Amino acid sequence: MGKAWTFGENMNTDEIIPGRYNITIDPVELAKNVFCEVKPEYAKTAQPGDVIVGGQNFGCGSSREHAPIAIKGSQAKCIIAPSFARIFFRNAINIGLPILECPEAVADITEGDDIDVNLSTGEIFNRTNGHRYQAQALPDFVLKIADAGGIVNFLKEHDIQDLMA
Amino acid sequence: MGTLIEEIFARKAGRPVQAGEILLLDVDYIMSHDNTTPLAIKAFRDIGKPIHDKNRIVIHFDHAYPAPNVLAAENHKKIIEFVKEQGLPHLLHQGVCHQVMIEEGYITPGAIVIGADSHSNTYGAMGAFGTGLGSTEIGVAWITGKCWFKVPETIRVELTGKTQPGVYAKDVMIHIAGLLGMDGGTYRSVEFGGEYIDNLPMHERIIFPNMSTEIGAKCGLIAADDVTIQYLENETPAKGRFERIVPIHPRYERTLEVDVSVLAPQVSCHPDVDNVKPLEQVVGLEVHEVYIGTCTNARYEDIEIVANMLKGKKVNPLVRVIVTPASDRIYRKALTNGLIDILMDAGCTVTGSGCGACIGRHGGILAPGERALTTMNRNFIGRMGSPLSEIYLASPATAAATALTGRITDPRAILETINN
Repeated sequence: MGKAWTFGENMNTDEIIPGRYNITIDPVELAKNVFCEVKPEYAKTAQPGDVIVGGQNFGCGSSREHAPIAIKGSQAKCIIAPSFARIFFRNAINIGLPILECPEAVADITEGDDIDVNLSTGEIFNRTNGHRYQAQALPDFVLKIADAGGIVNFLKEHDIQDLMA
Repeated sequence: MGTLIEEIFARKAGRPVQAGEILLLDVDYIMSHDNTTPLAIKAFRDIGKPIHDKNRIVIHFDHAYPAPNVLAAENHKKIIEFVKEQGLPHLLHQGVCHQVMIEEGYITPGAIVIGADSHSNTYGAMGAFGTGLGSTEIGVAWITGKCWFKVPETIRVELTGKTQPGVYAKDVMIHIAGLLGMDGGTYRSVEFGGEYIDNLPMHERIIFPNMSTEIGAKCGLIAADDVTIQYLENETPAKGRFERIVPIHPRYERTLEVDVSVLAPQVSCHPDVDNVKPLEQVVGLEVHEVYIGTCTNARYEDIEIVANMLKGKKVNPLVRVIVTPASDRIYRKALTNGLIDILMDAGCTVTGSGCGACIGRHGGILAPGERALTTMNRNFIGRMGSPLSEIYLASPATAAATALTGRITDPRAILETINN
């Protein structure tokens, strides 16, 4: 379980991590400034396992991977949003950052709620108000990438064909 | 059987496919540029396996080239060392990657081309699948030669009628962006067709897939027809038998019909591409820079429109009017045919080809409080420099008319005087 951190619609890659911090690709370094302009307290107080709850079209803008890397570096468990911008969606999967699409959860969760997420079933439980939400379960190949800690690590041990096996 | 994306993917998969399926497909080309290649090299080195097929890797220098600062120079150096080490045959520095990929014949109907650049959707103009990815996936594809795709649902944009004088493909696409919105195409294939597209030459077709990125689309596609094949045979070095690829009994998630004959020139206003207004609502707004360039609108025909409108005239001397041809080939043709002389006589600054001012690193950066009218595809806050500057997107004709006055200006009166 983790604390919910809520964000607005069309959160773009520069709001997740401003371009000026993209001089490194180190997750821990990037995480120090994640959301620094929209929610500076996040980087200071978020705990491993906390959950990002975003608005629609989360991660729009650039194809730069710094944005999902920065969130992963903050040790968030996953991102829940009604929809993700498509390059961010792929980048998140490929670096091993789980993302769930669930408009019902986003509409109901408020900042600070205590959230349980089962990544393999897509089940989300809000311990604060007792509500349950069902996100579309992640496809198997996405879980394989997430379990390996990203596509780069996956390919160190496997052939690309193993993704679909 | 299926939508254009299903038809293209089915050819690669060797079997019929349907929206919603996840496929692992061979890719024909893997494109990256000076801005995105260094991270791909890192992913490649981290995995530590050999390149699958070096002939499929195409790297361009276009984003910050020639290098405007030491960081860009270091990127170029790093990439050149990698190209030498791996013996890669395709390192190009002759213009914006997407334009060069098309004019050098890398993009053919049915091809699957991935690029570490969001505007890789551009290749859809040739009946190919092009899409933008992050650098890690590019490094992965160098090794595997493959990429996973979810077959997307399709939004069909059916365009009928003929545009009025002074209204161009750019105006039509800006109008569509306004209708669908900046996330209206998210995850979707946006298929552009109808009699208007059928009759459109390639240089204008390209604009639709190119700007499908701005509405969040995974790809923007146009059927491969006689126009495509004639373009490939006459304008590119591509060899082979090119296939016509069209949708067959498609099932669309949604169809948007637009009669282009009723449209006036359009402008995407600061700060979002879908903040679209008919030009007449913003006429008179002061601008400080007019930028004619990019993978959207800096082809020969675009430069020709601008030169025809500026011939024998002077641009407003208080406005920086910058013309960046999309490629060296375009630049050279414009030079040979006297267009560059006309632009320079009119007071324009003509730069070498490339991405230029569009990425806000060189070639026409904006100061706080400044406003640009440009032929670009994207007007994110701060894209051309200061976050306190504003970007308005329009056609090359609107850009030329605006260059003369220093205020957003309707091109139609000038076009009438030229044509009469």
